[in-house]
Amino acid sequence: MNLIQWAQNPWGQQVPLHISWGLLWVSAIGALLFLIGHAIYVKFLAKPLAHSDGTAVASGIAAQIPERVARHSMGARLFHLIMAIAMLALLFTAFLPKVGVKFAWVEYHWIAGVVLTVSIIYHIFHATFWLDFWSIWPDKVDIEDASRRIDRALGKSAPAPRKFAKYPLENKLYHLAVMLGGLTAVLTGVFMMKRVETPFFTRNPYLFGDMTWGWMYVLHGLSGIAFVGLVTVHIYFAIRPEKLFITKSMIFGWITRQQYLEHHDPNRWPAEEAASESAHPKATKVPA
Amino acid sequence: MAVIHDIIPAFELFQPSSIENAQALLARYGKDAWVLAGGLDSFDWFKDRIKRPGVVVDLSQIKELRGVRTTSDGLEIGAMTTLTEVVRHPAVREKYGLLPDAAEAAASPQIRNQGTIGGNVSQDARCWYYRGGWPCYRAGGNICYADTPTGLNREHAILDADRCVAVNPSDSAPALIALDAKMVIQTARGEKVVDAENYFINPGIDITRMTILQPGDLLTAIRIPSTWAGAKFYFEKVRDRNVWDFALVNVASAMVTSGNTIQKIRLAVNGVAAHPVRLTAVETAVVGKPANEQTAKMAGDLAVRGAKPLQHNGYKVPLMRNLVMRAIRGVPGGEAA
Repeated sequence: MNLIQWAQNPWGQQVPLHISWGLLWVSAIGALLFLIGHAIYVKFLAKPLAHSDGTAVASGIAAQIPERVARHSMGARLFHLIMAIAMLALLFTAFLPKVGVKFAWVEYHWIAGVVLTVSIIYHIFHATFWLDFWSIWPDKVDIEDASRRIDRALGKSAPAPRKFAKYPLENKLYHLAVMLGGLTAVLTGVFMMKRVETPFFTRNPYLFGDMTWGWMYVLHGLSGIAFVGLVTVHIYFAIRPEKLFITKSMIFGWITRQQYLEHHDPNRWPAEEAASESAHPKATKVPA
Repeated sequence: MAVIHDIIPAFELFQPSSIENAQALLARYGKDAWVLAGGLDSFDWFKDRIKRPGVVVDLSQIKELRGVRTTSDGLEIGAMTTLTEVVRHPAVREKYGLLPDAAEAAASPQIRNQGTIGGNVSQDARCWYYRGGWPCYRAGGNICYADTPTGLNREHAILDADRCVAVNPSDSAPALIALDAKMVIQTARGEKVVDAENYFINPGIDITRMTILQPGDLLTAIRIPSTWAGAKFYFEKVRDRNVWDFALVNVASAMVTSGNTIQKIRLAVNGVAAHPVRLTAVETAVVGKPANEQTAKMAGDLAVRGAKPLQHNGYKVPLMRNLVMRAIRGVPGGEAA
């Protein structure tokens, strides 16, 4: 199977056309194998999660932590919902025709793409100016703790990892992958809209040369099939029992005090009270 | 790219004698197999080296695919029946004169002797960028060379274009739609019968195919119901060369009138989109109205609503409008309106 399909253009150049659509199955099957492997590992091989006592919370501090700890603002949740709908629409409109479900997909695809683009622009501004921008990026503690967890999983002696900040390292790495794939898909997709009829641009298929266009289609396709795997894995983790509290927090906006104390380090993520507890001041920061 | 050669590259030729054998061969060789009817579309592809199948399944020896049969509700025409046989068959001429008119306009006598009705409706697009072998959308690429600022698109689509602007070149297709014909398709799962208008496919749905035929499927027959037998028919084809050429635009209509009032009508045009276009809005609008100049003008204007001409095919808009007007008025021949 050729990874990229090439052709000769009218000017005699060999130009890339798009990725081989067989890669769709590589991504989908790879993701399925990963989640089967992960499920087996967690069920039969994984050791119980242990955190270092160094991050234990004094009982006095714990008592100050609200019953419901705010995790995702309404804006962040709405963004996630809209982005998820747009992403699923993009994947279905892109790949259902490739597996034999034929329909007029182009218009739905670019409309979903526009929705995704607008939601991502909103997210960039929202995360930069209203949220803790750095909370989603891996930091030094994450790297050290990842090393400790790997060592312990392999049976080596290593200190227990500390509790997470707002996001576990896995979430941060997933966000990084989605960011790279998403920006690639959006940037190439915006240019590709110059090739079809939309209300936004005058069509101009000669905006770039065939070689540039070809690589743009290849990158768009690669990001698309990457998302098939990423979304599959995301849905899998979202419904895993031990991760359900994170999924629920993306719906309701908060986690419980117990979940907070069990998984998170107040030094790295100070608790704020969920807005729904209206009897208390909104978003009161609790000192760690 | 197209390089004209005298000799067709070698392939393995099969000449099955039954539909079952043909289907077995198609199932065995899958995408490597090519279905050959009259060969007038296929040999162009082969000689230009653009399509190079390893296996060709020639349907010419399957007797059940040939001939015109009278049924309890009209006619059944085998897909391998030649256009000449369609044109000359008495039952077709007597009750469904629209189809012989369209088939006779398809090409020269020599081509009609060889070309089949199934091949005529199933033939591929004639866009020269596509036929030239360039990696356009229809060929699996990511551009339409005809729909670019410098593209030559005088013969291309004004309606329903979706990335690809090639048009369906068939003359018999709009006539079959006007006659409410049914296409009989043998698939691996059995027989499937679809309305003629649903046999053709828009590039938005599948940009690499002109019809709903999947690999392994065979169009075996075309059934024409008696619904429109003896109706008032109109077919007209406008082309660059009247000797033989593909249609720039053609129109086919079947109309039942009471006095001069249109009671029912089916109307289709081709050469304006990647599929023959049935003008249902026009059909609805003209029913109950007199077949006169005023109705014809209204029908013509309605027919071209939504047309989006390219740089070089703006003439197709008035051409289509006028052909629809003439179909409503029922004026055969003569000067365009």
